[in-house]
Amino acid sequence: MSKLYLDSHQVARARQAAATIADSLEAFMLERTTVAVERTVLRLYGLDGVDADYVPLPNVVVDHLKEAGVLDQGAARFVINAVVQRDLTIQEVGELVADGTLDLLDIPLADEATLQARATALAATALDGIRANRAKRDHYLNTLGEGKRPYLYVIVATGNIYEDVVQAKAAARQGADIIAVIRSTGQSLIDYVPYGATTEGFGGTYATQENFRVMRAALDEVGEEIGRYIRLCNYCSGLCMPEIAAMGAIERLDVMLNDALYGILFRDINMQRTLVDQNFSRMINSFAGVIINTGEDNYLTTADAVEQAHAVLASQFINEQLALRAGLPAEQMGLGHAFEMSPEIEDGFLMELAQAQMAREIFPHAPLKYMPPTKHMTGNIFKGHVQDTLFNMVGVMTNQGIQLLGMMTEAIHTPLIHDRHIAIEGAKYVFNNMRSLGDEIEYKRDGKIVARAQQVLAEATAMLEDVQEIGMLEAIARGMFADVKRTMTGGKGLAGVLMRADNYFNPFETLLRAELGLEAITR
Amino acid sequence: MSQSQTAKYEPWNERDFTHVRPYGDTFDDGVVQLSFSLPVPFGEEAAEAARQLVVKMGLTEPAVVHQHDLGENFTFVILYAKTQAAVDYTKIKVAKVSGARMSFYEVNEYIKEQIGRKITIIGACTGTDAHTVGIDAIMNMKGYNGEYGLERYPMVEAYNLGSQVENEEMVAKAIEYNADAILVSQVVTQKDVHIPNLSQLVELLQAEGLREKLILVCGGPRISHELALELGYDAGFGPGTLAPDVASYVVQEMVKRGLK
Repeated sequence: MSKLYLDSHQVARARQAAATIADSLEAFMLERTTVAVERTVLRLYGLDGVDADYVPLPNVVVDHLKEAGVLDQGAARFVINAVVQRDLTIQEVGELVADGTLDLLDIPLADEATLQARATALAATALDGIRANRAKRDHYLNTLGEGKRPYLYVIVATGNIYEDVVQAKAAARQGADIIAVIRSTGQSLIDYVPYGATTEGFGGTYATQENFRVMRAALDEVGEEIGRYIRLCNYCSGLCMPEIAAMGAIERLDVMLNDALYGILFRDINMQRTLVDQNFSRMINSFAGVIINTGEDNYLTTADAVEQAHAVLASQFINEQLALRAGLPAEQMGLGHAFEMSPEIEDGFLMELAQAQMAREIFPHAPLKYMPPTKHMTGNIFKGHVQDTLFNMVGVMTNQGIQLLGMMTEAIHTPLIHDRHIAIEGAKYVFNNMRSLGDEIEYKRDGKIVARAQQVLAEATAMLEDVQEIGMLEAIARGMFADVKRTMTGGKGLAGVLMRADNYFNPFETLLRAELGLEAITR
Repeated sequence: MSQSQTAKYEPWNERDFTHVRPYGDTFDDGVVQLSFSLPVPFGEEAAEAARQLVVKMGLTEPAVVHQHDLGENFTFVILYAKTQAAVDYTKIKVAKVSGARMSFYEVNEYIKEQIGRKITIIGACTGTDAHTVGIDAIMNMKGYNGEYGLERYPMVEAYNLGSQVENEEMVAKAIEYNADAILVSQVVTQKDVHIPNLSQLVELLQAEGLREKLILVCGGPRISHELALELGYDAGFGPGTLAPDVASYVVQEMVKRGLK
């Protein structure tokens, strides 16, 4: 029963329009591959390390195949061929290509059946490793348990992974359920993943596989000590979406930001590139049991939160449908939204409550990711703490899944160690003290909250039907999301997009589609 | 803390601006509040360490009113203390952006009358900074908080180059567009990464012989006019700045410097 008296037929109409939009994008995505997707295949096979110039080996091998003009057949074909014909490991193949002693095109191709069988067997073994990680997480959750929802999510961002560990462990002891390691500014725009443990970054710490491993070990240690599983979050979005998803799967991350639209709108990444990358990265996230977080909240940092509320909802519908097509269950869809209306608005709290309750009702199984005020935070930390308190009230009253805690010093600096403590303490107070308030509340049928939710749903439905009419890519080009306009061929990373050849072959995609209950790709 | 020598001082009648101390609830009480964390275990010793530290800062009567165990051997403290220091407010000099603040309409009129052509302004988040919220608020058509951005100004040719623009690219664009003014936004200032980045742009412009030919402005949450001047910029704008603030300054400064 809807507390907001939402019209279920209208919700179904909106969802149908989003499904049609997602179908056309899916067809587009499945005809293409990218350099990042192919590097991911190699990473999943276990290829790691860098060459003498610190270029990651997955980049070295994929660039080698791209220059030879055969990458459209998939990197797996040529690398596994070398494994079969020369009796090498994947890592050895990468190292030989890197030092220039092996040209993958010089090796005669093994027969197709042998190639496919070997590639599939090795891929299945790699996926077993990820399956084991998932089992380990489940074991921790069953034995240690976890915090109540909304999960308390805080960030660390020192630039030095070892100092991040100190702050993350302190935050876990204070009550945090999810630790996100903010990436170094600009990482989303580099077309490779840095290597090794890093101790310098700008505004954050590089996402590297070694940094993931270091933080995972630290959070397991503190989690065992305090008797609560602490989730680790990082960010896929950018030019290396599927690679970072693969690293996250291998190192047992639990939550990952994953939103192509964010990259398109806010990082000017080419839309073809990142949509293709997103699909494969979400399949990996899904199989790894990772909760994805989508970036609708970001729209409201450029567009007005009152006027553009419907665009947030419309995007949530689209993200839901795209996620389903990547085999991601609702329980892993951390659809995003935010508490970003101006604090000067009379009854603004009512509109925030309406939006959050509406998202809760429309996506009942999704662990919604609720973002704190940022745009209207000022240097007045005392008022900021109150703004965050109102945000926390909405979070607990509407049963959000993941509460990204606001910091009273949001407008000033990355959080000081006690900023994080004050935020956690405040959220715990509100969540505990008001735990069941949402269950007690019914909304007035002809009141402002119900009217607001119904208005936003109606506008979102209209917007989705418009987008369905003109197509998603055209809608983005017209600036229908976040007032930002992007074109099909603009932005970074287009050179890394390829049409798949007829004999294209990606054994991980094939296995994952079967694992996730998706239809096999037929051509 | 009544002081006999100041017994006749009646600040509620006439305020003495030559010796100014913080005000808590009595004139001249000098009360300040502090909060910080120490990398030491929680306990009596942590509180004492905080008190001693505050005394070394030159404050008196430190009182730890709250302390909390942050884990991992960190302790958070909240303190009150008093200062005996005072400043002479009558001698304070602050660098301020000059010129009157004009409205959207006044700025456009001013350009028509005083400059007689459309002016060109380019802006970006430079270096590694990817946070465009500030430059967007100033430049994008829509603006912020009810004030149109520069793209909306009929007498301004505005180019928002977006985020992570290298300084070299900025200079190239300034030449390409024949820019009259450059706006640089810096939101990420962790570990003072913005300082070398802002300085480098000045050096590049000087090397190209462009520095004197255009107005160079920076802005962001931790930018002050004083810092901007120090780094070789013409002006700096802090939090709360809107498009008319920047536009008013740029057009008046152009006329003042004869950059028509």
